[in-house]
Amino acid sequence: MSDISQSAMKLPGITAANAAPWLIATLFLLVLPFIFSANSAITIMNQMAITIIFALAYNMLLGQGGMLSFGHAVYLGAGGFMCMHIMNYVEDYSLPLPLPLLPLFGGIFGLGLATIVGAFSTRSAGTVFAMISLGIGELLAACSIIIVAFFGGEEGIPGDRTYGLPFFGVEFLQQIEVYYLIIFWLVLSALLMFLFSRTPAGRMANAVRDNPERAEFLGYSARRVRYISFCASGFFAGIAGGLLAINLEILTGEDLGLLLSGEILLITFLGGVGFFFGPIIGAIVFTLLKTVLGLETELWQLYVGALFVATVMYFPGGFAGVLMMHAPSAKLGKLKLLVVPYIKTLVPAFFAVMGAAGFFEIMFHMRHAAVGEEEMTIFWTTFNSHSVLPTAVTIGVTVVGFWLAKRSAPDMAAAWHASITPNKPAGASAGERPADSQAQGGGS
Amino acid sequence: MSTSTMPALELDGLRKSFGKTEIIRGVDLAIGRGERHAIIGPNGAGKSTLFNLITGRFPNSGGHIRLHGNDLAGRQPFEINRMGLSRSFQITNIFPKMTVFENVRCSLLWTKGYKYSFWHMVSRSRDLTQAAEAILEQINLTARRDLPAGVLSYAEQRALEIGITIAGGADVIMLDEPTAGMSHSETDYIVELIRKVTVGKTLIMVEHDMGVVFGLADRISVLVYGEIIATGKPEDVRSDAKVQEAYLGAALEADH
Repeated sequence: MSDISQSAMKLPGITAANAAPWLIATLFLLVLPFIFSANSAITIMNQMAITIIFALAYNMLLGQGGMLSFGHAVYLGAGGFMCMHIMNYVEDYSLPLPLPLLPLFGGIFGLGLATIVGAFSTRSAGTVFAMISLGIGELLAACSIIIVAFFGGEEGIPGDRTYGLPFFGVEFLQQIEVYYLIIFWLVLSALLMFLFSRTPAGRMANAVRDNPERAEFLGYSARRVRYISFCASGFFAGIAGGLLAINLEILTGEDLGLLLSGEILLITFLGGVGFFFGPIIGAIVFTLLKTVLGLETELWQLYVGALFVATVMYFPGGFAGVLMMHAPSAKLGKLKLLVVPYIKTLVPAFFAVMGAAGFFEIMFHMRHAAVGEEEMTIFWTTFNSHSVLPTAVTIGVTVVGFWLAKRSAPDMAAAWHASITPNKPAGASAGERPADSQAQGGGS
Repeated sequence: MSTSTMPALELDGLRKSFGKTEIIRGVDLAIGRGERHAIIGPNGAGKSTLFNLITGRFPNSGGHIRLHGNDLAGRQPFEINRMGLSRSFQITNIFPKMTVFENVRCSLLWTKGYKYSFWHMVSRSRDLTQAAEAILEQINLTARRDLPAGVLSYAEQRALEIGITIAGGADVIMLDEPTAGMSHSETDYIVELIRKVTVGKTLIMVEHDMGVVFGLADRISVLVYGEIIATGKPEDVRSDAKVQEAYLGAALEADH
């Protein structure tokens, strides 16, 4: 940034520069329903916004505090069920609690549960913490079946968000009204979580994550630092739970189960734990995959799983990490160096992935479609899934695409290195040209 | 002024065993305020163990440790740190992913009274920023301010570690082999740094480099197999027959 000149007088406060992303994001969220106005789109966006809050809360543990939890849905569920009960209670007794305030109670309940569990689970990070979180997750999931009065057993607990008097004329009958309620809490929660990361407790969470022992020798109890992050994370997960209750109007044991806990880990990691905005990208991509891709194919989870494995193996920084790899190039104004090499690698890679997906779809159709039904349609093409040609085509596309991508990958890497190397224009273009001619020579 | 007679750190019959093996076998030592004290001894003598006992990293098996007269028994490292004792480590122990500036700022938070606050913005405290920058100036790392600490050179990381150690304003500073693995010029740089930043403080260091020890220390203790065989001024220790036999002679031979 520009404040490398270390004058002690210049302190970053609320400036136009650091308020801008927030204002733009808020504005974008406000106009989003005008762009995607279909009811189904709004349903997806509501789901997305809630997932973003949950993922950001989860990243307070994983990314900022170095605590790997396998049971964080518990805090979302706790907040959610509590809100459901409050909703029903308020309806029965006609209490004057406006719906928009309800998520706060979800947060308080999530916080309450986190204070209890965190008191013993944050003693250490690492395996012990992970195992305790898994145990608590399993415990609460089991309770959700046993304790019918609170969790409603298999049917779950339904509620009616339109219970109360209209809130300034809004009854929350429409999805769109719920959307604005959710994004109000999304922006507020995200801002508070961001600010938390800038406080002494937030900074020390990073320090304890990196080196708990050093932090102890600076006067901080690593356990206490973890505990504070854990409670804060439980609070925001509870808010997400309250919003979920409002959005769905029914919660079941699934909403605090291990599956959801695993999902949020996957989302957060996919988006990137190293940057504050990483989980936001993860939540958006995952929700889109789940809803849009989920409509297209039954195998969507296979693809998400493959994406996750690929991310863990090759891009441990997640989507955010990949984006931020390009920050230096952008700063140097060298992003355009990357366009051609990226096309050369990523287009064949895209076809390889699509080919592989086609292959899996054909296999799946062959094995699982009803007897006698041999016609299938993918990529706008209808064919007989039992004939050899389509399978051969998918394998061929995959192999060739993969081979082309692999061949040009070193050039792409070289181009990236050139793009982050400052200022030697002669060297950079010299490094670019042989790579270019080489690829052309191979192509002709 | 009456407290000035009380030692800054006092070890009284200190013992430590790992299983059946006794590593520290009854150490008595009193280190006065403002003293620069070096602990030397052959490998495996228990110097680092002694450090770890004093700083609460390990519990002791017997005896007492008193910091300014207060017994440290059963206290956690962070509690001991809050009582005014700070240490560095034999193996560099910093926050590698955080910037140099942030490393120093984190080490200031507790003494500046921020504790576990989640309602202050660290970047908005002028006091904190200035104090951190003053430390960076002292350890000559101002130019490296915004780099991740992990990319610094070894000597710079050691300097940063010393900066982190002194930043909290502790009055007893313990350095575990601050010049280990350094070239001559780097060693000179670190020694000057240590001299500069520990003015008016009590310094306890473990060190192998005899040049550093004899140049810097007011007094030296020689630890051999868990016992202190001699304590005194550098020239007295140097001429002590037992020490020469047990350590210095061997060290001189090892130098060849």
